Amino acid sequence: MTVRVVDGPFDPWAELAAFCRGRTEAGAVASFTGLVRGEHGGERILAMTLEHYPGMTERQLARLETEARARWPLADVLVVHRVGRMLPGEPIVLVATASAHRAAALEACAFLIDWLKTKAPFWKLEETPSGERWVQARSEDERAAARWER
Amino acid sequence: MRIRYFAWLKQRVGRGEEEIELPAEVRTVGDLKAWLGARHPRFAEACAATGVVKAAVDHEFAEDDRPLAGAREVAFFPPVTGG
Repeated sequence: MTVRVVDGPFDPWAELAAFCRGRTEAGAVASFTGLVRGEHGGERILAMTLEHYPGMTERQLARLETEARARWPLADVLVVHRVGRMLPGEPIVLVATASAHRAAALEACAFLIDWLKTKAPFWKLEETPSGERWVQARSEDERAAARWER
Repeated sequence: MRIRYFAWLKQRVGRGEEEIELPAEVRTVGDLKAWLGARHPRFAEACAATGVVKAAVDHEFAEDDRPLAGAREVAFFPPVTGG
């Protein structure tokens, strides 16, 4: 298992290739890649800066992984989250899961990104033509995470 | 005890962290919010809006009733927006 916070560009497809390489125990790999959007609420996004809480971030991501493994039979989990300043179109997060069969891989991947969005200490600052603004938490994200509550 | 602030809360308070001597009467996260609010009016303003200021004690999310005994670091921040 790997959980990483990176402060520069990363290549999700190279990460996935490495994640799959030599793997014979898992018949299914599911992944989610998040990209920086170039528009939000009708305004152009020039850049996005991700702030986080070093130490707590890693601890919460590791906890998410532990929870996912308790719920689904996973062969492996990969979470890479970028911090710092990034541009529209650039990857911001990658979640990948490997399991014997697709249902567990797909469900665990959805669970991980839903919970990451509400439980890992990251904050987005958008740069727009009219200035900087902190992104507000979305109730849709809360609802998406709540469907996994037990 | 170390206090940390993140995102727009850091801008409001005007600093990312500070060291404090915890007064004996400050026993919980809620007590600490009130005590810090007296030092930083804009922190008090943010705390007055329900649900806007979240807390973590030693890297674990914490509600207002969480005791501070033995804690080394308390952080305050807005709802998270990663992913």
